[in-house]
Amino acid sequence: MTTTPLPGGSPAKPVNRNLLYYARIALTRIGVNGLGLLMLAVFLLPLGYVFATSFKLDSQMTTQGAPLWPAAPSTYNYQGKDYPLYIVPGAGGSTQRLALVNPYRENSDMVDPAHPEKGVFNVTGRWRTWQPLYRFAPTLKNFIDAWEEVNFPRLFTNSLLLAGISTIGTLISCILVAYGFTRFKLPGKNILFIFLISTIVLPPQATIIPLYILFSKLHWTGTWLPLLVPAFFANAYDVFLLRQYFMSIPRELDEAAMLDGAGPLSTLILIIIPQAIPAITAVTIFHFFFVWNQYFEPLVYLLGNEKLYPISVGIGAFVTTYATYPGRSAATAVLAMLLPAVMFFLAQRQFMQGIVVTGVEK
Amino acid sequence: MSVVTRTRLASAPSRPRITVNTRRQWITGFLFLSPWIFGFFAFQLLPILFTVFLSFTDYKATSEFMPGNFNYVGWENYRYLLIDPQALPSMGVTLKFALIGIPLGLVVPLLLAVLVNDRRLVGSSFFRTLFYLPTVIPIVAGAIIFNGVMNAQSGWLNLVLKALGIADPPRWFTDPTWAGFALNLLAIWAVGNAMVILLAGLQSVPTELYEAATMDGAGPVTRFFYITLPMISPVIFYNLTIGVILAFQYFVPALLIGSANGDPQKSLLFFPMVFYREAFVLSQMGYASVLAMVIFVITMVATGLLFYFGQRLVYYASGDAS
Repeated sequence: MTTTPLPGGSPAKPVNRNLLYYARIALTRIGVNGLGLLMLAVFLLPLGYVFATSFKLDSQMTTQGAPLWPAAPSTYNYQGKDYPLYIVPGAGGSTQRLALVNPYRENSDMVDPAHPEKGVFNVTGRWRTWQPLYRFAPTLKNFIDAWEEVNFPRLFTNSLLLAGISTIGTLISCILVAYGFTRFKLPGKNILFIFLISTIVLPPQATIIPLYILFSKLHWTGTWLPLLVPAFFANAYDVFLLRQYFMSIPRELDEAAMLDGAGPLSTLILIIIPQAIPAITAVTIFHFFFVWNQYFEPLVYLLGNEKLYPISVGIGAFVTTYATYPGRSAATAVLAMLLPAVMFFLAQRQFMQGIVVTGVEK
Repeated sequence: MSVVTRTRLASAPSRPRITVNTRRQWITGFLFLSPWIFGFFAFQLLPILFTVFLSFTDYKATSEFMPGNFNYVGWENYRYLLIDPQALPSMGVTLKFALIGIPLGLVVPLLLAVLVNDRRLVGSSFFRTLFYLPTVIPIVAGAIIFNGVMNAQSGWLNLVLKALGIADPPRWFTDPTWAGFALNLLAIWAVGNAMVILLAGLQSVPTELYEAATMDGAGPVTRFFYITLPMISPVIFYNLTIGVILAFQYFVPALLIGSANGDPQKSLLFFPMVFYREAFVLSQMGYASVLAMVIFVITMVATGLLFYFGQRLVYYASGDAS
């Protein structure tokens, strides 16, 4: 890199060239980090917005000149009464923080919190043009309102149960199937595997009408069964992830176990599963999130049976009530994303590894 | 493969002891596969065939599905597709979303991955975690958040745009011209999976290649286009395929924000939403099956074309193109 020719840099002054070289490195460093911070700001803007709004009173959203953070007008207690504080422009561009005691049109009676002993005095100027002084004042009102309007404990319980049972079913079935695909020589196995992989691209719309008819015939609609039972019959995505991992486990160990008299099932349980914990963790997390976020299927199959709604369907209506109750909608969104976000922060390594397995090794 | 199988089958009767063992192996193996094989038939293959069948009937979900409650109508439903006042415009909405969203879905995660992979970035794992965070936020929460942050008056996006000197920023979800693009932005927010896959692809490029190119005088831009891009092309191809498939299924955030009408002025009436309405709001299962077939065929054709051209354009380092 030091051999990079620089325009105007004469070979007689090597010191100068070094300076330019280091300046360029410093500039690219600043550029890369600056771009990173800019992109991060763009990506986190919606989150900042929803957190700020969830702790704000709705009245603050419509007030002109109110700050973006949760705030309330600052007041000053003078002789037993609270008066709002304003930033009052004085002579020569200076400003004063004064409390408004008696507002009039062209002038107002004010008191100076720094010198209350001076008493009330009159200031010329329209108080409506002055900037009110705000203090940081987050409110929990939106969360309380949201909690009272929606049965959050029930929605959480439903989502946890649905996601939990579905994940158990997926784990059992996908581990069995992935083991079948990795450790057995079977006729037509490759063709079956191609079929399996091709179901990844299958749009849910192509199957949902016959499934809906089937589940209504079985009187399963309006219950959790249409959402839970298919999970016990494996899915392509998780089988693929587990298969890739199982293939990387050396066969010597399970052959040794087989020689000791272990059957295929005990080999799977005793040898394969303990070595495949990272992949199994990844499948657990992925599937849990998948069910937690599911919206279309529960909406269709639960048929308005509100008692069984998961959180996704239960709070769906809050998207459109945003216009009237922004704070409450925002609080609902915060409550709904809290658990996934915490889970992600705790298990992000397994998360990213699992994505890499399914995406790169395909 | 087929030759091997045939020889094994042909020679099987002459070696009975192996046959017993092999057969036992087959039975056990297929037992392990049986959950998926059953699920594949019951929840995927037979339902698709049944959707094809239903598309030629006038079955309505208002009555129970049994003979006598529906008629065979031939190509009638397919003929209606061509004159349906909703279907064709909604395909336009879906295509516009796909044409903007797919390129964005390739470029933005690549930019993020290159950025996070840059050694000069201080605390890159911190950046990676936070760029990924929106991906784990539930769709419904995401819809609430974007409905708020892109609100014309109080939303922070327009406040930023005004601060940057744009006097009259778009009204996003209340303006038919911008509502679709607003959903593109919501979709690109949850770009974490693509970023992580690309990042792994970037990290697997051998550093010797870069060193050799630098020795030959290649600058950073040349290195990116002549080494990085070809080396990670399988990953880009994977992201492209997933992006195309998902674009033609996309409608849930539109349903949440614009209701089943696709407000404002049907600008959010995506093709799968017309399917959802016909099937589960209007109960027209016969015609809805035609719409499902359209989504299915488009997905299959797009995947087929992508793989056909992908084999030519994608560079596989191992020489194995599968």
